Amino acid sequence: MGLLDRNIQKGGIVISKLDDLINWARLSSMWPMAFGTACCAIEFMGAQSTPYDLDRFGIVPFASPRQADVMIVAGTVTFKMADRVRRLYEQMAEPRYVVSMGSCSNCGGPYWEHGYHVVKGVDRIIPVDVYVPGCPPRPEALIGGLLKLQEKIRQETIVAPKAIEKLLEKKAKVA
Amino acid sequence: MANQVQYIFDQENLRKSAPQKFKSEDLKREEMIINIGPQHPSTHGVLRLEVLAKGEEVIEVVPHLGYLHRCFEKHAEKLPYNQIIPFVDRMDYLAAMNTEHAYAMGVERMLGIDKIIPKRVEYIRVLVAELNRLASHFIALGSYGMDIGAVTAFFWMTRDREHIVRLLEWASGARMLYNYIWVGGLFYDLPVGFEERCLEFTTYLKPKIKELERVVIDNKIFIDRTANVGVLPVDLAINYGITGPMLRGSGLKYDLRKVDGYSVYPEIDFDIPVGKGEAGTLGDCWDRTWVRVQECYESVKIIEQCLEKLTGEHKRTRDFDPRALAPKKIRPKAQDFYIRAENPKGETGFFFRADGRSDVPFRCKARGASFVNLSIINELSKGGLISDLIAVIGSIDIVLGEVDR
Amino acid sequence: MNFEQILTHIKTSLGEGVILSTDENASPKAIIIHAENLVEVMGFLQKDNQLYFDSLSCITGLDNGSEANTMEMIYNLYSIPFDHHLMVKVELSREKPAIDSLCGLWKTADWQEREVYDMYGIHINNHPDLRRILMPADWEGFPLRKDYQEQEYYRGIKVEY
Repeated sequence: MGLLDRNIQKGGIVISKLDDLINWARLSSMWPMAFGTACCAIEFMGAQSTPYDLDRFGIVPFASPRQADVMIVAGTVTFKMADRVRRLYEQMAEPRYVVSMGSCSNCGGPYWEHGYHVVKGVDRIIPVDVYVPGCPPRPEALIGGLLKLQEKIRQETIVAPKAIEKLLEKKAKVA
Repeated sequence: MANQVQYIFDQENLRKSAPQKFKSEDLKREEMIINIGPQHPSTHGVLRLEVLAKGEEVIEVVPHLGYLHRCFEKHAEKLPYNQIIPFVDRMDYLAAMNTEHAYAMGVERMLGIDKIIPKRVEYIRVLVAELNRLASHFIALGSYGMDIGAVTAFFWMTRDREHIVRLLEWASGARMLYNYIWVGGLFYDLPVGFEERCLEFTTYLKPKIKELERVVIDNKIFIDRTANVGVLPVDLAINYGITGPMLRGSGLKYDLRKVDGYSVYPEIDFDIPVGKGEAGTLGDCWDRTWVRVQECYESVKIIEQCLEKLTGEHKRTRDFDPRALAPKKIRPKAQDFYIRAENPKGETGFFFRADGRSDVPFRCKARGASFVNLSIINELSKGGLISDLIAVIGSIDIVLGEVDR
Repeated sequence: MNFEQILTHIKTSLGEGVILSTDENASPKAIIIHAENLVEVMGFLQKDNQLYFDSLSCITGLDNGSEANTMEMIYNLYSIPFDHHLMVKVELSREKPAIDSLCGLWKTADWQEREVYDMYGIHINNHPDLRRILMPADWEGFPLRKDYQEQEYYRGIKVEY
């Protein structure tokens, strides 16, 4: 029996900040879109399989962008694919996160110099949260990247004080 | 430092970069266009199929390629021969060793040093290539099972593949893209203890393949989904340039390892399984899968013979240097050269034109087995159901890196 | 059959003038023919009882650069029953390169010729479906030509690193 279950059985009430609750829910069920473009997709598949088992982090690949939370861009993004990657990103519901997996999608990888048809970094198409280096990254590296993303989500807040602070600063300047 | 998003979004972009072949105005009654991919789990990557369907029935399939075109041939014109090998790996990323082997062999023959390569090097090459062939077939069988509804096979195959990947990592330092086979030799000799560990692995593996055979190939549901589906007659296959397990599934005993007898394959005893049409018609999806499973047994046989040689006749010596023959500057004399070798997917070929003046090829064209094999998809799936189309894609066993290069 | 026998067989059946020259340095050994004769010669090579080149392994396009001002098409043939190879080369002008399609003989030529068209801009006459195959339809230029310059932006994304 987990800690949570024990607490609930004591009185049936758990007191938490709403931020923490939402973040906890989000980070423990990050569903990536099952979508791979190149070699890294095989390591992504490897990470889902029995030796690495992404399931234990609540990460279950889902085939449709509409229900997915995380987009793992696993592999080279070409210009022909760029339109599609963007379209898939637009189809995902907020909050959405992007993990760029592998050198190719980080910066063009080995194709940076002569690859006329390779986008030199998927961050030129969609905003990226976490970069995982490697060519291809080991499944451990991908898991590490996903844990980093969990950390990022843990620090999120729905009131966005930073944005409000910036707005106030701006107003003070105008006044 | 992260880049800024530069992409300019426009509704028409998708239609401009890869327009559909069929127009919705031209459709007849009850016809419809269905787009499958490029993001679709059962297209094995970024293949896009434009399907003209009448209800559930497929009328025509138009594949759209190029979503993973990574400019291999441009790189090959810009880089020296030995620096192309990493890019060769990334073409067929499931069977990097086999492609490397073909490439290195081609350059060696152009240089005229292919006859003096030490036997130990050749046996190691065949050993790692066959290990990689197993890994490639495991992915093919596992994901094929998943495509048509048997997830168990996928988990089992990735589990067993992981052993191979770790063995190869031990030898070369990388899990998938090795850069292990060099022109004129190898990156490094096998690590101490590799042969014994590998032998343990083969004894572990044999019952596992049997298990796979029982759970996938002999499964009633699997047979129902694949038998008599996507029947490929042998004359059509040859006309389409189909090679590899697909051609053998159609009943032609044609394997470049035997036909060309390259490397040390003539010294090794193995069979070539050919389809017999046991579950349905000769050359259907079931036959192709069956051939792949049987090839796994043959690969294990080859690996065992290689290990026997590597621990006996050509065993490890202190002064053995696998890089001894690797030339510092690779400069073949001016010629046109075509080399081919048997990949897990079929015939992988490289066409070279060397100009004799530089160590960069003037032209290096890669003939991808998957590219040619995929071209038959319309012929195989016409008139079937859409669910049969998925079964056909899986049985072709494509790797998009090799289709688009 | 070895190369000399193949050569004499083609010459006796189609006439001396068909083969412009040979390239014995190449591997497999090559014959060079005129672009106009391509379909006739290839049809003969495929159907003849003694040659029977039933498999077309590879079609390569090639650009010799602006100095030589030529392009080439290279066909690698293989006969499965007789186990002999042949390379067939055709030289084209660089200004307006065009060649007849072999789709009528080998279905495998369809995609491989489309690829050559996509990469070099060599126009394939009588091709059933001549579209770009690998590059996006609105891409400018033919990337494997020796004088190819990448376009600067595509969809607002810088193409160079």
